[in-house]
Amino acid sequence: MSTPDFPDSEDLLRLDGVARYFDVSPPWLNRVLERRGRVLLKAVDGVDFSIRKGETLGLVGESGCGKSTIARLIVGLYAPTRGSITYDGTTIAGVGATTDANQMRASRRGMQMIFQDPYASLNPRWRVADIVAEPIRVQTPGLPKAEILNRVAALLDQVGLAAADGVKYPHQFSGGQRQRISIARALSTNPTFLVCDEPTSALDVSVQAQVLNLMRDLQRRLGLTYLFISHNLAVVHHIADRVGVMYLGRIVELAPTRALFSQPQHPYTRMLLDAVPDLEMSGVARVAVAGEVPNPLDPPAGCAFHPRCQLANERCRREAPTMRRAGSGEAACHAAEEGRLPPRALLAAVV
Amino acid sequence: MASAESSEPLLAVERLRVEFPTRHGTLVAVHDVSFEIAAGEVLGVVGESGAGKSLTGAAIIGLIDPPGRIAVGEIRLGGRRIDNLPYDEMRRIRGREIGAVFQDPLTSLNPLYTVGRQMIETVRTHLDLSEQRARARTIELLEEVGIPAAARRIEHYPHQFSGGMRQRVVIALALAAQPRLIVADEPTTALDVSIQAQIIELLKRLCRDHGTAVMLVTHDMGVIAETADRVAVMYAGRIVEIGPVAEVIHRPAHPYTVGLMGSIPSIVDERERLTQIDGAMPRLTDMPSGCAFHPRCPRAFKRCRAERPELGDALSTRAACWLAADASLEMAIAT
Repeated sequence: MSTPDFPDSEDLLRLDGVARYFDVSPPWLNRVLERRGRVLLKAVDGVDFSIRKGETLGLVGESGCGKSTIARLIVGLYAPTRGSITYDGTTIAGVGATTDANQMRASRRGMQMIFQDPYASLNPRWRVADIVAEPIRVQTPGLPKAEILNRVAALLDQVGLAAADGVKYPHQFSGGQRQRISIARALSTNPTFLVCDEPTSALDVSVQAQVLNLMRDLQRRLGLTYLFISHNLAVVHHIADRVGVMYLGRIVELAPTRALFSQPQHPYTRMLLDAVPDLEMSGVARVAVAGEVPNPLDPPAGCAFHPRCQLANERCRREAPTMRRAGSGEAACHAAEEGRLPPRALLAAVV
Repeated sequence: MASAESSEPLLAVERLRVEFPTRHGTLVAVHDVSFEIAAGEVLGVVGESGAGKSLTGAAIIGLIDPPGRIAVGEIRLGGRRIDNLPYDEMRRIRGREIGAVFQDPLTSLNPLYTVGRQMIETVRTHLDLSEQRARARTIELLEEVGIPAAARRIEHYPHQFSGGMRQRVVIALALAAQPRLIVADEPTTALDVSIQAQIIELLKRLCRDHGTAVMLVTHDMGVIAETADRVAVMYAGRIVEIGPVAEVIHRPAHPYTVGLMGSIPSIVDERERLTQIDGAMPRLTDMPSGCAFHPRCPRAFKRCRAERPELGDALSTRAACWLAADASLEMAIAT
């Protein structure tokens, strides 16, 4: 479902109806003896979006909503159960994926990932220079050693570290510096697209600011495209051009950042925004947050959000909504579609 | 601070110093920390990892892991000194007079006992109640923290509760003996935003209803802004600024607080770049001379490198900074 406003030619990455199920059934013997069926966890259940060249798409949602699964699907750590993923014109996963290994490798080369925990993602026994050089060695075998060293020095410089830091080990660096090393490593293959899964969540705020500023500078300088995944709405608001909000394996709202934060169309987005403790907004009356995310093994029928939604009616309990144009973005909500969505201030007053 | 002379506050911490003897010498993790909390007041303690905020909390509840120890200072609860009590006596105070809520509710609950059994035990340890009465009280407590069907839920084990519900159980447990003070160390950090908002709301309501004082330790300034009356900002083991929460957020005097506030992204502002404080907090083994913040401070001058400023009156807060002292002096002369 590519939106007509964004012609495919500009899209760097496109996901069409992508789903990923995990089989979490009890062992065969238990199933037979206890007469229990298979259990499927629908971590991602039909997601469509595209990312244009040079933009940052933010994905937000609470734990277990499937945002990290999407990151892993895109970089090929998981194969989709359904749907397809297209990168720069080549279908790289799912239905109709290219079988040409060279083409696949060429596409994958343009893509790198930055992980959440810089303490876990760097090999503690390797020197920083080797960590950063590894992707170069893998992707361009036979490159002269001096050449590699030069590139590593340039990369370290680019992320605000010194070339001399290359001889040190990861434990000699603070969390923020380690995340810079991760970024240098990700940039070593000259990628065009970075998948960032909670890249600043393990960092202190002042260090988070350093990393966010660095990521923004690098994007401008190198023309990078980001998929930025975070549970922190303020961080996504700061870094993203467009934002997708996920709930139980689906995107429920996708809109340009400013529109999403000023005129949220989905009741879940509104609830999330009201829940964020913000320095500027203390003392503002807000909607009380009700309930918790349901068990993903047994999601509610109809719209997955209906048990927590004040606007839910019979249709919401029965029929799952699809993404439709709402405001200046898209939302999957019957209330928004039917025009039952009250203005935001009123919604707060209802409670 | 001014009220201190008139009456003894609920909690008074004076010149607290927490040390860790190591092979390479003694590391001082908390340095000369003094503050007070009045009954019914929420004091936020904010700082980045390693600032000493959790250790300060642990010192108050008497749970500093050896070899760490309180080397200097005094902690008084309702006028009574509690930092030098024998272990058993401190155990009675902990739970009865000071409740504790930690970051990860799973580690605060015993996975092998039902929630009811743990809570009834806690209630009976501190209050002289029969099994029946303690059970009724437990159900009451669980209802108060918003656990639906509490009478049935007390038969469940911790793993049968969701993260948010588990944190509610931990709060109920901390409240079991109606303590006068709750030390909450990152109580919402492991929770999702929507659940976090519920827990903050709950903590605020409980303090209001029971007049319980709270020391809320967190790295999340947003949580402090929503909850606390006053806030202490810690850096490298010391309080660098303390004052009413709105003043510290909107008119910070210490350059570290200024940088910290500027580095927090917000869902309402439209800044291109966040303010960044270059560098990282110094390690305990490698403390700079003078003001510990000077290597990262954009406004540091000669005196900052040589002499350490004490906490003193700044514009509308108290800050440990040579500039803040000068600024308030200028204000005083001007008016």
